[in-house]
Amino acid sequence: MKIMNCPLNGPRNISEFVCGGEVEAMPAPGAADAAWADYVFLENNTAGVVREWWMHAPTSYWFIAERDTRSDEILRTYPASEVFAERQDFAT
Amino acid sequence: MPFGLLKYGFRRHYPARRYLPAVTELKDSYDIVIVGAGGHGLAAAYYLARDHGITDVAVLDKGYVGGGNTGRNTAIVRANYLTPEGVRFYDESCRLFQDLSGELDLNILYSERGHLTLAHTDAALRTMRWRAEVNKHLGVASELVFPAELAKLCPELHLGQDARYPVMGALYHPPGAIARHDAVAWGYGHGAWRRGVEIHQKTEVTGFQRANGRVTGVETTRGTIGAGLVLQATAGSSSVVAAMAGIKLPIRTVPLQACVSVPLKPFLDPIVVSGSLHVYVSQSDRGELVMGGSTDPYGLYANRSTLEFKEGLIAHILELFPFLARVKVMRQWAGMADMTPDFSPVMGLTEIDNYYIDAGWGTWGFKATPVSGKRMAECLATGRQPDILSPFRLDRFQSFEQVGERGAASVGH
Repeated sequence: MKIMNCPLNGPRNISEFVCGGEVEAMPAPGAADAAWADYVFLENNTAGVVREWWMHAPTSYWFIAERDTRSDEILRTYPASEVFAERQDFAT
Repeated sequence: MPFGLLKYGFRRHYPARRYLPAVTELKDSYDIVIVGAGGHGLAAAYYLARDHGITDVAVLDKGYVGGGNTGRNTAIVRANYLTPEGVRFYDESCRLFQDLSGELDLNILYSERGHLTLAHTDAALRTMRWRAEVNKHLGVASELVFPAELAKLCPELHLGQDARYPVMGALYHPPGAIARHDAVAWGYGHGAWRRGVEIHQKTEVTGFQRANGRVTGVETTRGTIGAGLVLQATAGSSSVVAAMAGIKLPIRTVPLQACVSVPLKPFLDPIVVSGSLHVYVSQSDRGELVMGGSTDPYGLYANRSTLEFKEGLIAHILELFPFLARVKVMRQWAGMADMTPDFSPVMGLTEIDNYYIDAGWGTWGFKATPVSGKRMAECLATGRQPDILSPFRLDRFQSFEQVGERGAASVGH
């Protein structure tokens, strides 16, 4: 059994987690179609250390993990607030 | 030593014919360099030579011929997809497969078994009916069958109501087949080599030289070579190779695991698939049950196997065939599947003039080997996207014209 350390719930079976893809900067809401196509469909698909969104499904808790995609080694997990300090406002 | 054996050794037909070329020096440049000596790359080289008379071609591979996903799939050939674009494309591949043993003068053990995609819910049954109608419209044999007929087509299948997910019906596709995947790569490689193509194994591409928006040279671990055109056909490593050319792809590399049981006497004729249970199983000519499931839950560049995968897969296999409970798993492996968001391949021209791509083969690559080779060869020879490949062009993601292929394996229904 592979274990992932959830910042909220501690070490849990990796089958309880869902990978949400690489952490990338979102385009501005009014950005060109090409920028949105890139953000939504294209992938860096890095062979190496990546920073990814993960969710602990039973608690719906989203956080960030650093993982090596060649060795499947999970290097570090931490709350998303370490990276995203401000609330994104979509109203404007 | 018995005399008879010695006499055999001196015969004209001994040793047996060589399938692939011995190691030779790389030339300074080639008209076409193909990166990746799997089924797709070798098939493209074969049809370039056979149909277009282009033989100044080098096929490079960092490993050995057919050592990637060509030898790691579950060897199923079928055309019962959901989108008209997909059905037309895979149907051409099935037809090429049917004549391939003769064409390549090598027995690829092509075996038409019939293909059953089980439905366990009303929603799945509706999808099967949809697929059957699309298939029939395009001349592909597919029909919806219900448990009474299923019991005749596959008497071993557990059809009782005591299953966790009882079988309600199935999409029956009579041309569904299995083949020996290694033989397909060797056959295409051999045919290409006999026509003058060079195949260089253990020759890893490490970068591309670019000038004026074109790729001019290919850097390898055995030196740099010039290239008129470049085709990449590297499956799980597609993003890594494309990044060397400066191209970003709509692909995630995700492991796809499979396993085989110990050999059993032949008992299972059709190929049995369940999208809802994430299972596909067929019995090979060696008697082994070849079993696969869905892709791993997250991306990885590794061929490792996991216990979780086998627990899930085998629990579902036993739902369908409870009498297999004491049969042992003999081998297990994984391939790195290059998954696209719409479960369709990425083929043809790229933003670089003389750089062509054959990627995004996820869980549907082996069955497309002949058609992708033939049509990519046409694409390289003419410099134009063939009509049949037009839906699969790389820039469909920029114009929001994806081909949502929910008939692909590993897609739940």
